[in-house]
Amino acid sequence: MRFEPALSPYLRPETGVGAVMREVSLALVPAAVMYFFFFGFGILFNIALCIAACVAFEALALRLRGLPVAATLSDCSAILTGVLLAFALPTYLPVWVTITACGAAILLAKHVYGGIGFNPFNPAMLGYAFVLIAFPVAMSSWLPPVIGDLDYVRPGVFERLTYLFTGSWPAGLELDAITRATPLDLVRTAARDQLMLEELRSASPLFGDFGGRGWEWIGNFIALGGGWLLYRGIIRWHIPVAVLAGMLIPATLDSLITGGASGGPGFHLFSGATLLAAFFIATDPVSAATSPRGRLIYGFGIGLIAWVIRKWGGYPDGIAFAVLLMNAAVPLIDHLTAPRILGHGR
Amino acid sequence: MTSAPTENLHRLPGGLRLPGFKAQSATGEIREVPIPATLILPVRQHAGSAAQPIVAVGERVLRGQPIARAEGDFSASVHASSSGTVVAIESRPIPAREAVEAACIIIETDGQDQAWEGLAPIANPLAATPDALLEAIGGAGIVGLGGAVFPTLAKLRHAVDAGVDTLILNGVECEPYISCDDALMRNHAVEILFGTRIMLTALGLRQCAIGIESDKPEAWAAFTEAASIEGDDRVQLVAIPTVYPSGGEDQLVYLLTGREVPSGGFPSDVGALVHNVGTAAAVADLALTGTPLISRIVTVTGEGIAKPGNYRVRLGTPIADLAAFAGGYTEHAKRLIMGGPMTGVALTDDALPVTKACNCLIATGPAVRTSFEPERPCIRCGECARICPVRLQPQQLLRAHRYGAGDTLDGLGLIDCIECGCCDLVCPSHIPLTQSFRDAKLARRIDVYERERAERARERFERRQEREQARADAQAAETERLKQGANPDAIAEILARKRGTPRGDDD
Amino acid sequence: MDIVAAIAVLAGIALVVGLALTLAARSLQRDADDVVARINAELPQTQCAQCGFPGCRPYAEAIAKGDVDINRCPPGGDATIAALARLLDRDIIALDASLPPPAPPGVAIIDEERCIGCARCLPACPVDAIVGAHQFMHTVVEDLCTGCELCIAPCPVDCIEMVTIDDAERAA
Repeated sequence: MRFEPALSPYLRPETGVGAVMREVSLALVPAAVMYFFFFGFGILFNIALCIAACVAFEALALRLRGLPVAATLSDCSAILTGVLLAFALPTYLPVWVTITACGAAILLAKHVYGGIGFNPFNPAMLGYAFVLIAFPVAMSSWLPPVIGDLDYVRPGVFERLTYLFTGSWPAGLELDAITRATPLDLVRTAARDQLMLEELRSASPLFGDFGGRGWEWIGNFIALGGGWLLYRGIIRWHIPVAVLAGMLIPATLDSLITGGASGGPGFHLFSGATLLAAFFIATDPVSAATSPRGRLIYGFGIGLIAWVIRKWGGYPDGIAFAVLLMNAAVPLIDHLTAPRILGHGR
Repeated sequence: MTSAPTENLHRLPGGLRLPGFKAQSATGEIREVPIPATLILPVRQHAGSAAQPIVAVGERVLRGQPIARAEGDFSASVHASSSGTVVAIESRPIPAREAVEAACIIIETDGQDQAWEGLAPIANPLAATPDALLEAIGGAGIVGLGGAVFPTLAKLRHAVDAGVDTLILNGVECEPYISCDDALMRNHAVEILFGTRIMLTALGLRQCAIGIESDKPEAWAAFTEAASIEGDDRVQLVAIPTVYPSGGEDQLVYLLTGREVPSGGFPSDVGALVHNVGTAAAVADLALTGTPLISRIVTVTGEGIAKPGNYRVRLGTPIADLAAFAGGYTEHAKRLIMGGPMTGVALTDDALPVTKACNCLIATGPAVRTSFEPERPCIRCGECARICPVRLQPQQLLRAHRYGAGDTLDGLGLIDCIECGCCDLVCPSHIPLTQSFRDAKLARRIDVYERERAERARERFERRQEREQARADAQAAETERLKQGANPDAIAEILARKRGTPRGDDD
Repeated sequence: MDIVAAIAVLAGIALVVGLALTLAARSLQRDADDVVARINAELPQTQCAQCGFPGCRPYAEAIAKGDVDINRCPPGGDATIAALARLLDRDIIALDASLPPPAPPGVAIIDEERCIGCARCLPACPVDAIVGAHQFMHTVVEDLCTGCELCIAPCPVDCIEMVTIDDAERAA
């Protein structure tokens, strides 16, 4: 009798890229629900638009490069990039800015380098940084939470849609009246004016228990999703722990020494994209270091650089730049932290 | 005999907990397969040089009679598995990873299974001299029965020379599906223990550890019982965690002793010698009955076989005969794997014989890799590096192999890859990593070989150039000297001589 | 004042960098022989002279001088061109079309029945791989033969043949 030839091993692989990317995207669902609860439908619109734009750009790039479109799209990496971008961008952003961010992420960060697996930089963060530099005003217009007793003008659904598609608020709505500085902005301004954080907190209803009102709850649910990924073995502990350590150790020392003008560890943990970066962005395997030691260095570098930018830099949140800078350092980190092979000299 | 606490074990980096698939075959029973009509005995059933046939076509041979003699120090002899007539000695395909042919001695059996008169038990083996024991083991064609088929005599000799201090018996059998060692340990613990003590005597060693995987309580019990009959203080039983590939030779040495076998080296380089439990049983068999290695236990399993189980098979039995005795194939039999599902070889024909290397035959469904998701680019998730039992970075090796940086492969530890297959199983991109590394090893070996050849050719070429140059210089000097001497006759004479001789091409 | 400081700083940087580059150029300079040896190491050492030079080293010297392109080695084929391109930071180009296409690796075999012992093939062999003497049968030391085919032409009785070898098997 004749049999089929085959190459060992003959057992099935345990998982697939598509399944991993889908699960990471789904782990953000609880956080998206919280986001919707505190900030309105903008996040849902953002997620839908970012996924659609990223998948469309991915399909276009694959087609232009003559690669199988459907088979490659099934790796779901474009969907994940879209979800991450939606979380990183301001909730209400003119659609062309959002689409530009998606285009930069998929075309510039990913396919220019050869598509999934070959991109040295995190696509979502490169897309974010691209529009942050290109559209600074739109990118710093954040609407405050819809929950809570806040004294500001709340635009209605029509006004919001008008802004999304035209980039300007209808007559009678002033930008200053409806948007608010984020807590990270406030802390930067306060530090410059030598105000203490406690005074600021009691003065502004934008603050919650640790960070910004609403933001800290979203952060909790992002951490929950991250915990699920850790439990499922999709991400490993090294990068999240190192990112948080890189951010919280200097923040703690700083608040002990200076009295906390730049925000203490709790504030930094629950503000901006700290938790999103720790669990979902820095853990992107393609652009991260691969060895356990390398991942600790890589993560710590992200946390530290982000904290430095927050404290002294020109941007309120430095996560995107910190991730991109450490992405650039990955080949060196990988080279220096290669594990010792069993049987090779110490 | 004592048993060692498990917490003294060293922790292997990486490894996987694999589903066992052992229940179907591991019944504890070993069934005897009848002698087939035809035996096909390749002269190459072991690592090293092929044996030389010493029988002629038409000759009648008896069970246990040597029919091919070991060639050199790194080889093993082959014996007739039953009595009959040699009908042919011809080149035939043999079971191996690549399509390989080797000379095979074909015996038409006569059903009498008459024993060769030369078979002699070793008298009082535990008191015999090491040399006598080694000679007997060498004569019996015994090789490592775990699948690597290293000639046992060569291994023992090398161990003596290298000053080994610990003997390790490998009863780990960590690959899924395989249960032949388990069956052997359950039924023949006494023989294994006896064979172990003979080897300890032959080596003059005082320390031996028998490693048994923790999922084999029956085997453990059998050893404890065997030891209660006739114990030996030198032998220690050790439970090995059920993690693949704990049964790899170097891995087992590390687990038990914490010693790392150096890159490109052998366990003997760190004072350890590893033998499969089946090898120890073969040594005991030789000592007690004088029988050389003419049969082995084969696990026949998989959803493609009707009666999975463990079978004692005469070497040279066609796989088809064995499968027929095991109830025949079911409709699921699409592939036939010799060895385990992680490191085994897919055979395309069951007319091939059972050889000394054949510990397991799995008849199973169609290849999964093609029916599963296609290969995608590596996403550098690092899982392969996390589970690599030698702490390689498969993702870097793959990159170096595929993108043509062959010279960096050595630094990345290509030769240290044990081809265990773990990385393939955890790769979310479904990249055939292990096969890539097999290919890379071959390509690298050819490259190194060609470079060595080129280097030798360059040296010879340059030496020749120098020689030709020296000759030309000498000739020029001679002409000059004669010119200076101003003897026109002499010059004329030389010119005449030069014209007369045919000249070779001067490069 | 600012402008003076700026000029001073830039001039200082230029000076330091310039010095560093000079030192680096001195200490890292490769001599010509080293370059030739490195080029030669990438050539297959067949010594077949198909490139138009009497051996691999002369060809390497010519490449080092820049007299000739890197695509004139048929036995090395694309692999050698790629290796040379990488070494010399040049573009990968196709093998020179005027040269014979790469042949599979082979060795010369002398048909010992027909060999008349003329010894003409001995000086033709660039790597001394043929043993023999006048009036005695010759033979090729297979392991030393580079497959250059230079011995075929001088043989008056055409008793030398090329046979393909499998390097994979030999390396094993």
